[in-house]
Amino acid sequence: MIPAAFNYHRPKSVQEAVALLAELGDNGRALAGGHSLVPMMKLRLASPGNLVDLAGIGELKGVRADGNDIVIGAMTTQHELIASNLLTDKIPLLSETSLQIADPQIRYLGTLGGNVANGDPGNDMPAVMVCLGAFYNVTGKSGERRIAAREFYKGTYLTALETGEVLTAVRIPTPAAGHGWAYEKLKRKVGDYATAAAAVMLTMKGGKVESCSIGLTNVADTPLWAKEAAKILTGSSLDAPTIKKAVAAAEAITSPASDARGPAQYRTKMAGVMLTRALDRAKSRARG
Amino acid sequence: MAKSQIELKVNGKSVEALVEPRTLLIHFLRDQLNLTGPHIGCETSHCGACTVDLDGKSVKSCTIFAVQANGADIRTIEGIANADGTLHAIQEGFREMHGLQCGFCTPGMIMRAYRLLQENKNPSEEEIRFGISGNLCRCTGYQNIVKAIQFAAAKLNGVPLQEAAE
Repeated sequence: MIPAAFNYHRPKSVQEAVALLAELGDNGRALAGGHSLVPMMKLRLASPGNLVDLAGIGELKGVRADGNDIVIGAMTTQHELIASNLLTDKIPLLSETSLQIADPQIRYLGTLGGNVANGDPGNDMPAVMVCLGAFYNVTGKSGERRIAAREFYKGTYLTALETGEVLTAVRIPTPAAGHGWAYEKLKRKVGDYATAAAAVMLTMKGGKVESCSIGLTNVADTPLWAKEAAKILTGSSLDAPTIKKAVAAAEAITSPASDARGPAQYRTKMAGVMLTRALDRAKSRARG
Repeated sequence: MAKSQIELKVNGKSVEALVEPRTLLIHFLRDQLNLTGPHIGCETSHCGACTVDLDGKSVKSCTIFAVQANGADIRTIEGIANADGTLHAIQEGFREMHGLQCGFCTPGMIMRAYRLLQENKNPSEEEIRFGISGNLCRCTGYQNIVKAIQFAAAKLNGVPLQEAAE
């Protein structure tokens, strides 16, 4: 399979990349790890006339603490997320999720920025970012802006990112020490997108849920933030009847497509099952 | 479209070439450098037959453009044997443990195992299976591939494996 011809650009700075993308308009695409875009190009489902490779921009790499936040450069790969001691320590949900994305080879090149900016509801990180209340730093020709992950996703491949803008970093409020977390993903095989998946982050105090956030993957045309379900769980001891009520609330907001992964009704139910398992595991990990 | 000049290292040798930006690394290796060890299997980033080592990472060379590898240090199955021409421990493992039948997946499997053993000198069976989960084999059922990698790890660690192939 040979993609359509294109011109290749490899800018050295974000400024240069943004200027190029602004000039190219709809005829240019930013290239991160390329593990969504290159397969699309090979199938000729995408045929940009120009690729602006972000791999040469050093400032887009790395994980660092910044006050109460953790800031992750957009070009940081899944493999690097798994290897980061800072993340393993502060946001273990990220390595748990990364390990369930694709396969080892793809994790060496696939990036966090690409995963969240792509707008594919099958990507795993968007729901995790929605769960964590992350923000995306975006740079365009007219400057920088910050967009909440919870407001970023508009539809399949449709995001708040405008033509010519580059997502440069992901900023995540550091979860409280002792929090519980889990990412539960049902997939048919290694490398598959989720049939349904659930991300959970919670804190417990005196055996009761003090705070809770839930994200759902691939059961709508955007990642879902299951606000109502989290509200039901808050204050509870995560007893079976309350979990059942919360799961029903989470299932109610899903609208998956019927596809090779199963009929819509099945995928909705699997979202509920993943959520139940994720809550169970998050609870077992939480202190307090 | 203008061709791009790239310079990289392949199996220890410096290479300069002109490539079309849309040339995939696998096509560059096979068609321009005549390195036909990396195989084209699925062409959809699933099977791992095209796996090569690039700057210390296992990559599927069907899912990266040759221009992206400009400046990189690449190793393919052709560059894996020891300097004196004897087989690398992983190659030996595949032979001793019958880690291949048709052999189509083998170059990718060996290159992936090579990086896995660089990162984890003594992987458990589970870690090996997880580590090669991006490589498909339709013949062996993986059992003897896992043993081949265990053989190589043991040999590289100086403790020969006693277990036999299945």
